[in-house]
Amino acid sequence: MEYAVAVNDLTVAYHKKPVLWDIDLEIPSGVLMAIVGPNGAGKSTLIKTMLNMIKPVTGETRFWGEVYEKQRKNIGYVPQRGSVDWDFPTNVLDVVTMGTYGELGWFKRPGKKEKEIAIRALEKVDMLPFADRQISQLSGGQQQRVFLARALVQNADIYFMDEPFQGVDAKTERAIISLLRELRSIGKTVVVVHHDLQTVEEYFDWVTLLNKVIIASGPVEKVFNEENLMKAYKSKVDKLFS
Amino acid sequence: MSLINIFSDYTLRTVALGSALLGAMSGVIGTYAVLRKQSLVGDAVSHAALPGIGIAFLLTGSKNIEWLLLGAFISGWLSIYIVNIIIKHSRVKYDSALGMMLSVFFGLGLVILTYIQKIPDSNQAGLEGFLFGQASTLLKRDVIVMSIVGGAIIIIVALLWKEFKLLSFDPEFCQVSGFPKEKLDLILTTLIVIAIVTGLQTVGVVLMSAMIIAPAVAARQWTDKLSVMVILSSVFGGLSGVIGTIISSSTRNLPTGPVIVVIISAISIISLFIAPGRGIIWRRMRDKKNKKRLNRNIILNNIYNLSTEGNGTQGYSLEDLSISKGDFNFPINTLEKELENLETLDLVKVKDKKWYITEKGINEIEDFRGGLGE
Amino acid sequence: MNVQIEIQLIAIVVALACSTLGVFLILRKMAMMADAIGHTILFGIVVAFFITHDLNSPLLVIGAALTGTLTVFLVESINKTKLVSEDSSIGLIFPLLFSIGVILISLYAGDVHLDTDSVLLGEIAFAPFNRFVVNGVDIGPSSLYVMGTILIINIIYVSLFYKELKISTFDPGLAMVLGISPGIMHYSLMTLVSLTAVGAFDAVGAILVVAFMVGPPTAAYLLTDDLKDMIFLSGIIGTISVILGYWTARIFDVAIAGMMAVMVGVVFLLIFFFAPDRGLLSIMRRKKRQKYDFAQISFLMHVINHEGAEDEREELGKNTIHEHLGWNKEFVKDIFNNLYSSNLVYIEDDIIKVTEKGRDLAISNAEEIVNGI
Repeated sequence: MEYAVAVNDLTVAYHKKPVLWDIDLEIPSGVLMAIVGPNGAGKSTLIKTMLNMIKPVTGETRFWGEVYEKQRKNIGYVPQRGSVDWDFPTNVLDVVTMGTYGELGWFKRPGKKEKEIAIRALEKVDMLPFADRQISQLSGGQQQRVFLARALVQNADIYFMDEPFQGVDAKTERAIISLLRELRSIGKTVVVVHHDLQTVEEYFDWVTLLNKVIIASGPVEKVFNEENLMKAYKSKVDKLFS
Repeated sequence: MSLINIFSDYTLRTVALGSALLGAMSGVIGTYAVLRKQSLVGDAVSHAALPGIGIAFLLTGSKNIEWLLLGAFISGWLSIYIVNIIIKHSRVKYDSALGMMLSVFFGLGLVILTYIQKIPDSNQAGLEGFLFGQASTLLKRDVIVMSIVGGAIIIIVALLWKEFKLLSFDPEFCQVSGFPKEKLDLILTTLIVIAIVTGLQTVGVVLMSAMIIAPAVAARQWTDKLSVMVILSSVFGGLSGVIGTIISSSTRNLPTGPVIVVIISAISIISLFIAPGRGIIWRRMRDKKNKKRLNRNIILNNIYNLSTEGNGTQGYSLEDLSISKGDFNFPINTLEKELENLETLDLVKVKDKKWYITEKGINEIEDFRGGLGE
Repeated sequence: MNVQIEIQLIAIVVALACSTLGVFLILRKMAMMADAIGHTILFGIVVAFFITHDLNSPLLVIGAALTGTLTVFLVESINKTKLVSEDSSIGLIFPLLFSIGVILISLYAGDVHLDTDSVLLGEIAFAPFNRFVVNGVDIGPSSLYVMGTILIINIIYVSLFYKELKISTFDPGLAMVLGISPGIMHYSLMTLVSLTAVGAFDAVGAILVVAFMVGPPTAAYLLTDDLKDMIFLSGIIGTISVILGYWTARIFDVAIAGMMAVMVGVVFLLIFFFAPDRGLLSIMRRKKRQKYDFAQISFLMHVINHEGAEDEREELGKNTIHEHLGWNKEFVKDIFNNLYSSNLVYIEDDIIKVTEKGRDLAISNAEEIVNGI
């Protein structure tokens, strides 16, 4: 099996305490994977460390065998919706166009071509009628769709999404999941920080259970079972030695 | 008299031009400080510039503005650098680090100024001018320096337009798009320090922060577009510079810096109230309108509910409607007035003192309920 | 009492009065609000002077102190509209009030015997000249009595409302549930902050009050986790800064209050670098060690995980273990030697084993990792 991502021996610490301990993780190409675990398990930290936003104490992440910088343009990212100020003076089309900035590089301005790419992405998430809308006037679900559209514009091979289902309406949730499935069907890999255990089996085909250490990682039907969930959510020391 | 002065009086023209440049420059760069929630950086940098001015004077022995501003730039920049080091490597919060560095650097500035005063024949008179600014001392060459600096700032902002926008809106995404956050942050901070330092001579270390914040706050209220905000902000800043200079030159003993600050603050506060769409007054009006629509729809909803429960086309008297829903009890005369309003909108009709909901009324209420469900 | 001691005593009382409240200011992330108040009291002093015509009137002190409260109120009113963020609201209000104060002084300079510089900068060297005379007997400098009274008020306030302040600072939600109004705590604290700033302005100047309010508590924050200790330590740090500042200023014959603020900065930086646990040096050392420490724990856990298993000889073999840990051989050797010399592991029949001490260490660390933070 070809691995899109291989994390090796990754340990992250804030101050004295490790937040992630000795993470070894392989994500095969073309899976739709959820990272689940209790609050404070280090889910967001894990993807941020993979994407070079946090410096680990030890370990490294490789994408198709190469370091992050080499593969940056093939990696898409959807941050948590709450991480930005939605009162920023800009509109929907402009935010989605930001997805092209990485490809454009320094100094170059987005032009007609980039606008068209953005419009197509907006169409995909059913947000085209909102293109000129000021972003503060969007509902939570609409904000999330805008972020997704921006990631689509990045045209990456692997997408990392931090809690895309957080605080969105049921309609948006269905729209997002069908979009993620579509991405998988065209061979993309999607990694989602997720916290709704109810929907893991329905939405995803691969899952990583995390609670500072990797509890289990693999196909949903194999590893998403009561035993592993107990380990992840009712943390006991002995699991480290199991 | 003063309006004529600005065209004929050479000194006044120079001062007004300088203040306008300063306002425009800090307006542009202040937009980013305000949007990135780093408004108070200006406060720290401007206070922290004081020791740099003193040290530059001590080292060069001249009051040559370029040297003094270079000193101010270095110490202003250093203070922010130290603040960043402190918050990066300890649990000290941003505002504590900022407040402490601001006052400590300012204290150092006072120490150095008193030291200079004690040096015989040091001709230090004028350094205190940096506390509250003394626009009247602006010379033509100062204005030339300011234009060059202002031009450079505008060129850099234009070149790095999309990078600065991305950094301000979503620093994480900026990072993953291949634009290092730290580097851009450093450039932006440096530009802020430059703009502040350039304005010290006019507005002074204590008040310069207002020139960074107020124009941008005012501009934000009038537009939802970053480009328009930057332009408006520099227009507001420039305008208050000119107006402030003229007013203060027309009255004896009126210090320029504080007058400029009062003007730009007034522009901001007025903008907060009257700006269309966002402004407080506008919002009040909209709330009132919404409340009106809500009132109307409550009554309409009432008839609708009664009609759907009953046999459809039945009409209801005022009394029926006024007692039907305890929660939204309108006095009879208000109810009648509202119903008449509804009638003019064709949402209800009246026959023999009985009120009926129309087809249009049903659509309206179903639409409204649908909207609530979203 | 000679003048030297009087000056230092006044400054120490100012420092104590400031740091007592400052601890709560920095924990509530209100340091910049203190800065704003430090500026706006100028406006209050000027307006109160127009009313009382007496710079030494207690009414002036109270009137000016209310401007601090007004500042907080205005900032919050603007912030509440959600049109402007909190930092911008602060940055909008205080320069405006301060400017109006400066303009009033400039316009009525003839009537107001008060200049902007002295409010802002202060000159503690002159503080002892203003004596407090009772029945013809000189009982000391009046600022000492003014600041002493304010210090006592602050101490009484903090000790009476210690619990309320603590809860409303760390958990405003809980405070509400317990019937403590965070709003009342907030405004009462801010009113005392401005009272202190007004009282101290002619001694150390308004901006240096900020140094005393923010600096020592921030330094103490790096030394302790205990709120009470933090208050005491801030007082000590403030006092040390005062004494150091006074004598340094004397040596170079420069502004005393300014030098005291500089010393606040110097003491802070010393603590920032050398604090035992949270200091930069100790953090750097820890970061360097951390990689090594974590590796040791990983090593121990690897041994515990595989001891007694079928593949024990392979996984824990003294010549093969590095392959299974995925580390380079030299590093593994280094780690092993270290653990061995600490008596945490031993070798039996070419297989690495863990001692009871090693097992305890690994398990207690693992416990911390999983349950920790």
